[in-house]
Amino acid sequence: MSQSVIDITPEGLPVGSTEGIQADEQPLLQIRNLEVGFQTQRGLVPAVRGVDITLYAGQTLAIVGESGSGKTTTAQAIIDLLPGAGKVTGGQVLFEGRDLTKLSAKEIQAVRGNLIGYVPQDPMSNLNPVWNIGFQVEEAIKANGLAQGKEARARTIEVLQEAGLSDAADRLKQYPHQFSGGMRQRVLIGIGLSARPKLLIADEPTSALDVTVQRQILDHLGTLTRDYGTSVLFITHDLGLAAERAEQLVVMYKGKVVESGPSQEILANPQHPYTQRLVSAAPSLASRRIQSAKHASAGDSAIYSGDSLDDTLVARAAEREHAAPVKDLISIENISKVYRIRKKGLRTDELRAVDGVSFGIQKGTTTALVGESGSGKSTVAKLVLQLESITSGSIEFDGQDVAGLKGKELLKFRRRVQPVFQDPYGSLDPQYSVGNTIAEPLLAHGVGTAKERQARVKELLEQVSLPWSSRFRYPSELSGGQRQRIAIARALALKPDVLVLDEAVSALDVLVQGQVLNLLTELQTELGLTYLFITHDLAVVRLVADNVCVMQRGRIVEAASTDDVFDNPQQAYTQELLAAIPGGNFQFGR
Amino acid sequence: MLWYTGRRILQMIPVFFGATFLIYFMVFSLPGDPIAALYGDRPPAPGVIEQVRAQYNLDKPFIVQYFLYIGNFFQGDLGTTYSGRPVSDVMAGAFPVTFRLAMLALFFESVAGIVVGLIAGLRKGKLFDASALVVSLLLISVPTFVLGFVFRLTFGVQLGWFRTTVSGEAPWGELVLPALVLASVSFAYIVRLTRASVADNLNADFVRTATAKGLSRPRVVTVHVLRNSLVPVITFLGVDLGSLMVGAIVTEGIFNINGVGGTVFKAITLGESTTVVSFIAVMVVIFVVANLFVDLLYAALDPRIRYAK
Repeated sequence: MSQSVIDITPEGLPVGSTEGIQADEQPLLQIRNLEVGFQTQRGLVPAVRGVDITLYAGQTLAIVGESGSGKTTTAQAIIDLLPGAGKVTGGQVLFEGRDLTKLSAKEIQAVRGNLIGYVPQDPMSNLNPVWNIGFQVEEAIKANGLAQGKEARARTIEVLQEAGLSDAADRLKQYPHQFSGGMRQRVLIGIGLSARPKLLIADEPTSALDVTVQRQILDHLGTLTRDYGTSVLFITHDLGLAAERAEQLVVMYKGKVVESGPSQEILANPQHPYTQRLVSAAPSLASRRIQSAKHASAGDSAIYSGDSLDDTLVARAAEREHAAPVKDLISIENISKVYRIRKKGLRTDELRAVDGVSFGIQKGTTTALVGESGSGKSTVAKLVLQLESITSGSIEFDGQDVAGLKGKELLKFRRRVQPVFQDPYGSLDPQYSVGNTIAEPLLAHGVGTAKERQARVKELLEQVSLPWSSRFRYPSELSGGQRQRIAIARALALKPDVLVLDEAVSALDVLVQGQVLNLLTELQTELGLTYLFITHDLAVVRLVADNVCVMQRGRIVEAASTDDVFDNPQQAYTQELLAAIPGGNFQFGR
Repeated sequence: MLWYTGRRILQMIPVFFGATFLIYFMVFSLPGDPIAALYGDRPPAPGVIEQVRAQYNLDKPFIVQYFLYIGNFFQGDLGTTYSGRPVSDVMAGAFPVTFRLAMLALFFESVAGIVVGLIAGLRKGKLFDASALVVSLLLISVPTFVLGFVFRLTFGVQLGWFRTTVSGEAPWGELVLPALVLASVSFAYIVRLTRASVADNLNADFVRTATAKGLSRPRVVTVHVLRNSLVPVITFLGVDLGSLMVGAIVTEGIFNINGVGGTVFKAITLGESTTVVSFIAVMVVIFVVANLFVDLLYAALDPRIRYAK
């Protein structure tokens, strides 16, 4: 396929507008005034409200927005993948001039896979666990009439190899749970591209993956689509990622397109207030900004003063430079954790999840443990929290060895070291109201009278900026960010010295993530807390951490102050992680 | 897979001994003297009772009785009833009938239950779904004997499609009506289970991905929804097979079937420990084997279970 000329629409015009574009080139996909609603008991709730998007052959366009902005719904509406209650209530989806919303079930079935491929978001849940990989790929090939019988099998192997699974032939009979997340996503990309569609819809194809894997996969996807001349509709909440991977950008907010145009332009000069907020909150970008703010003159930093995120963070950054060395509050000496894995028969295998890790955390500072999934960082968190016992080594907290603590002593330790976990949906009991959730640790440790506990809950809700009235609400009625605030309030209830934050902001949208990080920073200054911050996201680390330990395969490969790690990474692995931050090499703002 | 099967079989051993021991103990503890009851109002000659007691090992301590019994059990000797009939004879009369009845019921409830449940799940919230839910609720709440009499009256007496009572040999044909009655409650549960499971899986991400591949709707439903939805249903069927074998007392009573349920009930009232324990022991074996079968089927349906160990 020839490289088609990319038309850049004149500034100020929505991309959906056809004015100013040569009449002879027909867009591959043109969404006109699309409206999608969800049927609920209270009537039709609109999710997409009059969206216009135009995509030309060979182009890559990214739709950016937070969850609930309608970006996924828009994408699903194109090939009628909306969940049961969803319905297109107005507008057109023109694909090569044909309105897809008017097609019969049979006709749209012929479009799916064949003309428009789809790569879903979560590789863990998007492959059927009960069928083997070969079957699931072959099925797509047969359904689109590409090949049958033996030929289909050969084509399956080819598709998987192209998607980056070099040992595809040997792994056809394996099941999804035997594949890593990255490999599953490769399988899904293979399926999406198996029929060489003209358009590929990629709905957050890598947001569930580690940064380095994300980068490999996106690079690969980019190469494939370029080779095949496939247009890509890319959906993401990550602005940095969008800017790096797409030449056109559409920003959605509350079901509407608020800004669209060439990526570079939008990021350099965001017009809509929401886009401006998004640009300033994206951690991958903020990291860079803090850096500049720290070295910049007062006049320069005034540009960012509109955003309270930076003020606190910059203040903290300055503060941490003056911090005097004190004795470590937590000191971890050469700890290891070995898990026994049952193999076939009676044999067992040893898995060294944590292998000779040592580091110390000073009071009032934040130490970040960074690494990909499987690097052992969460295991370290569990060991520090005494949720699992260490195999060897020692963990000292405030001068006391915590390894063998039992009964009362352990309870005392737990009061001082509290966890906040990743998934705010899973870590709150759905049957407990917010007030009860926060009061529970107080109750468990027998602190105060009912009245005093009530007062403490009020104080905690204030600290995490939630209204007093929210105490009667249940987790299902709260957003992800609010839930994580509750989880933090619960952790703070016993006035601990240390919070272990295990991927505490990883599941949140950028804007919300910014708010929670801000809250954590404020609380640290206010209450003198010590944080052990576990994350896979280096961009976030830059915002909050004083010291960084980079973990790989159960070992710490690099440990240094945050600035040293970012400015002068010593290990190849750290450099690789840094390079993989999306948007890291992209020029934002000025 | 082999290792998995072996482990499951090994697990059957403690279950077998535990269950038979408990049952033996419970029957032993029942109030009343079965031998005295045997002779009714006319007391036999002195010494006879002692002799009979010795014959059935009733004079020995409980634990000795149990091990003597188990020893004989493994030699194929199930003992005799107090009236002198070999227990194996009683079993040969009762088990085949109940087995046929249970198989028929299992067939009806699984086939009809899964089909109705699947359709209801696919049309969640529509008329068919609503009716299926109402009917299943009715079947669950109406006692079996009511349903049994209604069925007998309607299909047996008024319409004359089936015989109202089952003859001694209990051929398959005569067991259809009782099997329908017996299956009714489980049918209702299977409808609900399948419906919920199908409706759940219908929203699964992998089903959307399958649709996005360009598969036809029937293929998506059969290949990607149904197979995944069957795992909980299979579990239920496995447990249900056991209760169908044992819990048919009411149905057997209504249709005058000489099956396991009735026989065991009679034996319990007479304190016939050897009969009760032998029947229960065989049922435990059936139950455990059925569960083993379910577990294997499970592993066949869901590879994650197969590879977990």
